[in-house]
Amino acid sequence: MKEKRKKRKIDPAFLVMVGPVSGWMLLLVLVPFLYIFVISFMHRSAYGGVKPGFTLENILQVFNPDYLQVFGVSIGYAAITTILCILIGYPFAYFVAKKTPVKKTVIMALVMVPFMISSLIRLFAWINLLRREGIINQALLALGVIHKPLQLVYNNVGAVIGLTYTLLPFMILPLYSSIEKMDKSLLEASYDLGAKPAEAFLKVTLPLTMPGIFAGTIMTFIPTLGLFFVIDLMGGSKVLVMGSLIRNEFITAKDWPLGAALSLFLILVTLILVKVYQSRGGNMDELGGM
Amino acid sequence: MEDIIRIQDVCKDFGENKVVKHLNMTVRKGEFLTLLGPSGCGKTTTLRMIAGFEQPTSGTIQIEEQDMKGRKPYQREVNTVFQNYALFPHMTISENIAFGLNLKKVKKEEIKKRVAEMLDLVQLMGYENRKPDQLSGGQKQRVAIARALVNRPKVLLLDEPLGALDLKLRKQMQFELKRLQKKLGITFVYVTHDQEEALTMSDRIAVMSAGVLEQLDVPKEIYNHPASKFVADFIGESNLFYGTVSRIQEDTVSVILETGMVSVGKSAVASGEIVDISVRPENLKMSETPIPGFDCPAVVKEYVFVGNICKVMLTLPSGKEVRINQSPKLPELPAGTHVNLYWDISDAVVMSSPDNHVYQAVENAKLA
Amino acid sequence: MSKGSRFFQNFFIVLVFLFLYIPIVMVVIFSFNTSQMNIVWEGFTPRWYGTFFQNRSLMEALWLSLYIAVVSTAIATVIGTLGAVGLKRFEFRGKHFIDQLLYIPVVIPEVVLGVALLCIFSALKIELGVTTIILSHVTFCIPFVVMNVRARIAGFDKSLEEAAQDLGANGIQTFFKVTLPLIMPGVTSGAMLSFSLSLDDVIISFFVTGPGSTTLPLKIFSMVKTGVTPEVNALSTIIMFVVIIGISIRAGIQVKELRKKAV
Repeated sequence: MKEKRKKRKIDPAFLVMVGPVSGWMLLLVLVPFLYIFVISFMHRSAYGGVKPGFTLENILQVFNPDYLQVFGVSIGYAAITTILCILIGYPFAYFVAKKTPVKKTVIMALVMVPFMISSLIRLFAWINLLRREGIINQALLALGVIHKPLQLVYNNVGAVIGLTYTLLPFMILPLYSSIEKMDKSLLEASYDLGAKPAEAFLKVTLPLTMPGIFAGTIMTFIPTLGLFFVIDLMGGSKVLVMGSLIRNEFITAKDWPLGAALSLFLILVTLILVKVYQSRGGNMDELGGM
Repeated sequence: MEDIIRIQDVCKDFGENKVVKHLNMTVRKGEFLTLLGPSGCGKTTTLRMIAGFEQPTSGTIQIEEQDMKGRKPYQREVNTVFQNYALFPHMTISENIAFGLNLKKVKKEEIKKRVAEMLDLVQLMGYENRKPDQLSGGQKQRVAIARALVNRPKVLLLDEPLGALDLKLRKQMQFELKRLQKKLGITFVYVTHDQEEALTMSDRIAVMSAGVLEQLDVPKEIYNHPASKFVADFIGESNLFYGTVSRIQEDTVSVILETGMVSVGKSAVASGEIVDISVRPENLKMSETPIPGFDCPAVVKEYVFVGNICKVMLTLPSGKEVRINQSPKLPELPAGTHVNLYWDISDAVVMSSPDNHVYQAVENAKLA
Repeated sequence: MSKGSRFFQNFFIVLVFLFLYIPIVMVVIFSFNTSQMNIVWEGFTPRWYGTFFQNRSLMEALWLSLYIAVVSTAIATVIGTLGAVGLKRFEFRGKHFIDQLLYIPVVIPEVVLGVALLCIFSALKIELGVTTIILSHVTFCIPFVVMNVRARIAGFDKSLEEAAQDLGANGIQTFFKVTLPLIMPGVTSGAMLSFSLSLDDVIISFFVTGPGSTTLPLKIFSMVKTGVTPEVNALSTIIMFVVIIGISIRAGIQVKELRKKAV
């Protein structure tokens, strides 16, 4: 595209290096997303797919109160999951960053291990642990903390545990990298200038590690809106998130245009959050690092 | 002497920014030539154009009579020593040095022999299997030099190679580089912003400022007869005076300054011309009694003792400060003493001022 | 730091690790459970480690997943590595736009990428199956490779490439002898991440899969109603040990480098 504009000699290295990545991204990211936008204004076809034509019906249907309620619930899950991930992930990353370099490397590698095993398998294991006859209930009963088993799975609680568990590493990694990168002498300087540890944390550490918190938020909040399989497994049939709605429209109801219209809403939320992140000086590359 | 590099009317623009402007110069075979100037003067860009990392916007560069236009760095028989050494961190010292020879498909035994020679030359025997980050700055520097020299380049380009070293090591490396250059007889083109370094090492110095070549000459001439106010100011310390030529006699020229009158040696100036006069602090003198030919009052401000010399700071009536370097054995005058400044007329360098054409324009307008 | 606060910090780290690892320990334990239903512990048996080899549909899903992960990783690593270097080296119109496109698969909910790819495959009449899964996996893996390689390039001294050229290396020789070895850690991270993302992908594969191309995660997902069999636990345990060995080697190399630096 843009390489053709320069009719002068084109560096072959440029074509070999930039060509494939640009081509792939244009064909399999830009075009599909434009297409989703287009078909959300088309008519449905009975067995999936679309019929040409123009209608606003799908977009209007997104504002159906039933859907809006699911959006609300979805955002609620995302917020709770993100907050839990920060509450667990921040102290964890902070404490790990204080360890010796060798210990740090080992601990962070250990954080990565579970994340490399099928998330489904790990969720099934959680179900086993959380069920009424599961080890956690058994243990609490035996200790006399509770008198009858708690309902920990196939409901809101299960869904939140599942989401938090699945997304925690995505919060820990950016948090850790921002805390680790922080210049420790700044903290010493603030102590030297008379700050108490709590003040130093609030006035120096927290603002300096804010980019990590933002990056972690992007990496947990947005996926939560779409992770239908976690909700399916851990939340039972009662809980729905936006991902489940889209899945249902595409696979069960075969109403692609409506599914596409619902996706637009997710795309919108993502774009807003990413814009906020970028406007705060967030580095997008932080999101995909390892 | 034979020319090895010929730079003809070379300009280099980076977008709007004109970094090198109509540069003409030649490098002679076997000489140690230094490109000297403040940062941003275009010296590094000039070096990078010779190496092939940048292409001139216009003009030609010839190396041994061959036009280098369109030639990639790997197609030129010159090698570069980079400011930050640029040693390959994933290779050992001997792999680093052998890099160029391996690419030229030189025979294994030959490579081994030449790498060993180089290690010997830069006194790094026994380090061949170390990695670059296990070496000190000075050692890295020597590897960088060895890695370039092993290819027997026609010209060795050095881009502020000593900039990252501490003062003592720098002095020692200056000496070693000069020794190497003499021993091997290879042409060196050396970039630095350190005028002392340039004066110590070079056969010739090209002083650059704002993309323009100000003067190209041997160090002694550059120091004693700067061709422009910039060179006078940049090389060593200099007191600059600004005035108008009033009277031209047999062997002296009188110049009216803002604050008085001084005399300088005979030079190619016309009556009424605006000139800059440069006098080195070691050549400037003061006296409490009037000196014939000089009417240049000043007030003693303070004495600064710096070991082998004593710097005397004086203020001209205009508020401008001048300096005299004198022997610390001479008695000190109290601050506030009124003195007359003077010099041997042969020690003052007279240069036509860049303001002169403005003056001429004004004069012409008056006449019209 | 006082002893008490250090104790608290270590305690907190251990708690987080319990949270992360308890389910994994459960998987390992239940892979030795005699009960087929796999709900309560009945007794010890290693037999599931033998039987999953005979479970044809499970083995097929495993091989398919590995095949897809290897092919997708290979393609994504090559395109992503070249892309990262190219995007750093060349300035061109639309570069910023390509950069922005690269971030989309990383941040967008997978379900959206999944349906978008499904729609475009259907519009282009590409039959859903292994090909579409690989195309999709490469799509979301490329950005991770680019970002990991780019993180390496950021600390990369441009004069190293110039030095190579100065010493006689042409563009290709410079890339293979200098650039690639130096960005290798980023390439490896990107490839490892791609491999595990591809191997574990449920959502995108769910939309772009076709008849006869059930990957292992999809196979396991289909067990949602029946519950996982101990065979699956046994298989997961084996995969986990392979992964742990891989990560340990990587961590071991990092630790060795750290120790070397400390000396």
